Amino acid sequence: MKVASTPARELAIDVHGIVKRFGDRVAVDGVSLRVEQGQIVAFLGPNGSGKTTTMRVLCGLLTPDAGEGRVLGMDLLRDTIRIRQEIGYMTQSFSLYEELTIEENLEFVAGLYRLHPAREHVRRTLADLGLTSRRNQLAGTLSGGWKQRLALAACVMHQPRLLVLDEPTAGVDPKARREFWQELHALSLAGITVLVSTHYMDEAERCHQINYVSQGRLIVTGTVDEVIARSGLVTWVLRGGRMDEAERLLRAAPHVDQVAPFGAELHVVGRDGPALARVVRQIARDTDAQAEPSVTRLEDAFIHFIGRGAPDRNGEPA
Amino acid sequence: MRPDFSLRRLLAMLRKELIQMRRDRITFAMMLGVPLMQLVLFGFAINNDPKHLPAALVAPTHDSHTRAIVTALELTGYYRFDYPNVTAARAEALMEQGKVAFVVTIPSDFARRVERGDEPRILIEADATDPSVASGAISTLGTVAAQALLHERRAEAQAAEAARGQLQVIVHRRYNPEGITQYNIVPGLLGVILQMTMVMMTSMALTREIERGTMENLLAMPATPLEIMLGKILPFFGVGAVQIAVVLLAARILFNVPFVGALDLLLVSVLIFVMALVLLGYTISTFARTQMQAMQLTFFFFLPSLLLSGFMFPFRGMPGWAQALGEIFPLTHFLRVVRAVMLKGADLANVAVPLAALIGFTVVYAAIALVRFRRTLD
Repeated sequence: MKVASTPARELAIDVHGIVKRFGDRVAVDGVSLRVEQGQIVAFLGPNGSGKTTTMRVLCGLLTPDAGEGRVLGMDLLRDTIRIRQEIGYMTQSFSLYEELTIEENLEFVAGLYRLHPAREHVRRTLADLGLTSRRNQLAGTLSGGWKQRLALAACVMHQPRLLVLDEPTAGVDPKARREFWQELHALSLAGITVLVSTHYMDEAERCHQINYVSQGRLIVTGTVDEVIARSGLVTWVLRGGRMDEAERLLRAAPHVDQVAPFGAELHVVGRDGPALARVVRQIARDTDAQAEPSVTRLEDAFIHFIGRGAPDRNGEPA
Repeated sequence: MRPDFSLRRLLAMLRKELIQMRRDRITFAMMLGVPLMQLVLFGFAINNDPKHLPAALVAPTHDSHTRAIVTALELTGYYRFDYPNVTAARAEALMEQGKVAFVVTIPSDFARRVERGDEPRILIEADATDPSVASGAISTLGTVAAQALLHERRAEAQAAEAARGQLQVIVHRRYNPEGITQYNIVPGLLGVILQMTMVMMTSMALTREIERGTMENLLAMPATPLEIMLGKILPFFGVGAVQIAVVLLAARILFNVPFVGALDLLLVSVLIFVMALVLLGYTISTFARTQMQAMQLTFFFFLPSLLLSGFMFPFRGMPGWAQALGEIFPLTHFLRVVRAVMLKGADLANVAVPLAALIGFTVVYAAIALVRFRRTLD
């Protein structure tokens, strides 16, 4: 194991070469991850790319076939029970008891973590997450947003040092999502590390660190700007003119990697800046459109990384 | 540093299970209603002491002695001579066809032997395919026949004396070597009903959590396998205790089943049996991945245990290999204990062996369940 040079802050997660297989299928293929304490870290990637499996391994719910490391300073393989005490894990689908009320669910969780006084912990958590007025409602009758809030309450009540959230905002309306992210930022400020998987680019952009996973591999790691910069992509925007014809020509043109319509605009992405500029200007003239350079978006960068398969494996020991 | 067992965590588990149980109205009602319903239904439907059973009479010479015996037999209420005068061959055929349960044969030299005081004999053949059918009828037979002759020959007191001493009633139980005593059914039902509900309910314990996705969350929290197991089975242990009370009271009040033995020994035995059952169910739930699988495994276990335990058919009537197989079911041992204690008044020493077997099952099931319990989602 490589000994890291003293980090600025303590590492909440420091794992290397995690591999998890299910039969012949490799769900996680050599993932290495370093996360500083108090950061919000996003996991992105298509469905089935290994995000959930990676999270379960980090929570000690799955035993990795290879790899090692430390979570919250404890050994990932040997200290799973102690790690569980310090982690709050929110599963992808609602996994509390639908036939129990909000309050009963939280009392159950408080009992399992041996919090005392349990009532006080439950009361405070209910108040913190705005659940007090609904505390006697059966969990099964809650709407998606409230279920998600209850699930968050259940995994933060024991004051964990690491929160692992598996697609917590799937199917939640924009207002509830925004409130949820405000909660996460408050927790992060309090020094809690948050690992969150998501399909939403706007959520990824709120994170300190982004990890893009594809086919069990960590394809790119870094801040939003780093990830975009690492892609080396240049983006042009075309508007006005004959868009149908422009799109057709662009798709056939050299040096153009991606063409994506956005309302009345076309976003054109490529790696070779000067060459792309020539191609785009030419096609803009031919179709009476205006072309101007733009900022590369995170989504374009990710599509670029998927297309390239496994590039420079960031975060992996050299 | 990390305690392996926490009473607080166990209590949290228990409380959660009890709330879930209470909110599942139908299941909860079934846990208490079904045993009583089954007991009443089966208890009344399965008659231990059937009367007016069809019989055939083979009596080449119809004389006063024959008539006296036939009348006496009919008066017991057990026999109904549908075929009052048939040949031996016809009687044999009738029994094979199941048209008669008994064939009474009074040989042609019967009258002569009675008069001479020379060991008169009658032969009763009983269809003992269902042993309980025959037992009541047969048990009354010897005295009835002798007394019939006694009345018949009151005048000739001396000869009658000789006849009573020497009348031989030869009983052939056909198709099944062993008959079984009365009142078997209700104590047996206690075991079967407990087995049905206890194993089935607990076999769902973990699979339900897996199917509803709550297992992932439960495992992510610091509960130990022992705490989860106890939290899951103890509520059903309580349900079992209530069922026991219901069934025993019903047995006493509705069926007048005698309680010959010590009640405390009976209760301890039943509680050990229930413990073995809930652990068996829990063990099944560590093997099954879905509730459907758990149900199938339960039935896979249930039917052989019903047939081979001695509940349906006499245990000692089975071939050796089947008896050996029967020994692996807790129900087999429980039936021995409960019948011995309830009906024969056995004490602890008498039932120590089957009781030890039940305790053995409990320990083995608990061990398997704890080893099998997956602490991870692997």
